[in-house]
Amino acid sequence: MKNVRKLLTTPISLIGIILILVYLVIAILAPVLAPYEDYDDRFDIPRDGFRAEPQPPSWMTDEDLSPGDEDWHWLGTTEGQYDIYYGLVWGTRTAFKAGLIVTFSTVVIGLLIGTIASYYGGAVDEVLMRIVEVFMAFPYLLAALTIATVLQPKLGKGIVTPMIALIAFGWTSYARLIRGDILSVKEREYVLAARVSGATDMRIVTRHILPNAIFPTLVIASMDIGTYVLAFATLSFLGVGVQVGYADWGQIINFARNWIPVLDKYWFIIVFPGVTISLYVLGWNLLGDAVRDIMDPRLRKPR
Amino acid sequence: MTAYILRRLLILPVIMFGVTILIFAMLMLLDPIERATLYVSDVPRTATAVQKIIEKYGLNEPIPKQYIRWLVGNKDEVTGEIEGGILRGELGWSHTAQMPVTEAIMTKLPVTLELALWSIGPIMASGIYVGIQAAVNHNKFIDQFSRVFAVVAWSFPTFVFALLMLMIFYSGLDWLPPESLSQWAKNIVWDPTVFTQYTKINTVDAILNWRWDVFLDAVKHLILPVFGLSYLIFAQVMRVMRSSMLETLREDYIKTARSKGLSERVVRNLHARKNAMLPVVTIGGLLFIGLLTGVVITETIYNLHGLGRLFVNSAAAFDVVTLLGLVLFSSFVMVGGNLLVDVLYGFFDPRVRLS
Repeated sequence: MKNVRKLLTTPISLIGIILILVYLVIAILAPVLAPYEDYDDRFDIPRDGFRAEPQPPSWMTDEDLSPGDEDWHWLGTTEGQYDIYYGLVWGTRTAFKAGLIVTFSTVVIGLLIGTIASYYGGAVDEVLMRIVEVFMAFPYLLAALTIATVLQPKLGKGIVTPMIALIAFGWTSYARLIRGDILSVKEREYVLAARVSGATDMRIVTRHILPNAIFPTLVIASMDIGTYVLAFATLSFLGVGVQVGYADWGQIINFARNWIPVLDKYWFIIVFPGVTISLYVLGWNLLGDAVRDIMDPRLRKPR
Repeated sequence: MTAYILRRLLILPVIMFGVTILIFAMLMLLDPIERATLYVSDVPRTATAVQKIIEKYGLNEPIPKQYIRWLVGNKDEVTGEIEGGILRGELGWSHTAQMPVTEAIMTKLPVTLELALWSIGPIMASGIYVGIQAAVNHNKFIDQFSRVFAVVAWSFPTFVFALLMLMIFYSGLDWLPPESLSQWAKNIVWDPTVFTQYTKINTVDAILNWRWDVFLDAVKHLILPVFGLSYLIFAQVMRVMRSSMLETLREDYIKTARSKGLSERVVRNLHARKNAMLPVVTIGGLLFIGLLTGVVITETIYNLHGLGRLFVNSAAAFDVVTLLGLVLFSSFVMVGGNLLVDVLYGFFDPRVRLS
């Protein structure tokens, strides 16, 4: 409780919490904020024609439009007339999905491998840790990009392929972290006591070891959510991942690549999506930083 | 020290073996027909042609057999020639670059190397300097500022930063253009009668040829990409340097030095700084990841024809051969870089050598 209060009174973490809450509200209220018509998929950004040239926000033009009109675009349109406002609002859902699912899955896999390695030790540990090192020998984003490309014919475009790619190479640091922490916990007296009293391996690990070793991993994981969102956006920016027109921030920014020489005229195709994604990641990073500072004295940097 | 390096070297083949297996596994995610089209320079048009390729290269044989063939190459039964085999340095034919992958890596490497060269030095120097200043002026303005800068930089996607910079400095002000050189400079560089390409690194070549106009043009084109590539790693180096310097300044030997009456400048520069720089060496590995990842995005946006751009293009064109070749190459760089970092660390820190 004391920690929660601290989170809410530290200005930095408060900014982070507010940012994330705002995005959460946007994600929940997406159908209200950006109502969808009878499309097959709500994540398909509606188009206003097929012209190549991006259109500026409607309130900046002289055209006789009012909010609520079908042609009204709060933040303008990208190339191919995809509505930026709609894409950003619904993209919030994509960002939450990607960040949370990838973080959760990587942590679970990392916990599993790290726990098995450290609890059984010996050859099991040796082999598993070498496997971890092999996965770590790849630059994360490049490996994820490659595996997403290779998986695409099988799984098709969509948010699943890049998420699997990010999970496949993301779990290694957690496996290492939890392994180290378990190694330091596993020789303690209370673990020995549990073993002597005849507890099963499963029970010892889940009841006695993990609760005492899991904390740093969770703290680091909370700091990584922003990184995963960023990696996901980078993949779709580079054209691996969701299909064209899907409500996803990286994908919207990708449209700006074709207009680099005249970006000052079409600033809205990069500034709005850019600010949206940066503030979102900033929110998670501020929150993660504060969580680390407050909750875990071991990771706390000396001041 | 020798035993320490030896231990690291012994583990290296194991890791590299694992790396090849993992890359091969990615290749095996494709079915035989898809793989058949990857390994010939002409797209086979009929089902029988595909079947012939599958049989010739044994693409539906047991996986271990295929793995060994992938490593050492395929012996042609008619001519007796050996084709391919990544151990022989033949990574296959790149459809994207229209040349063998190994050759493509060699031709595109200088562009990437130039970016990396211009990034590493300034990052290290300025990161260490600002980090020390932040630690020395603990909780004062520069410290708070560097903290905010680090968090903001960390949240700012490289591709957004690059595009915003281009918006301001290229399309808006027309100061710093994308690509590697202006057209007039390209004409000079590509003309062998007036310009010798010693290293294929534009800035270095320009100096060697005494062409300052070309050099300045190259630098002008490098400013934005180098900044886009550096700010993230700079933030990391700075933060690590800061906390390590803070820690060192609290050590007993610093107290001793101060109580001896040494000036604060001597204490900082001669006693504290060297020891505090050790942890910066350990994040050298992160530097490699940062650069390898950064060039992919930077080169794509600034239209520089280096390895990163080749990577993105081959991903877009489903050129798996090139993609896997580049991933293999980058993991070599990573493993080699990490080894270098470990050896350096052992060199700088006697405690590591003895353990």
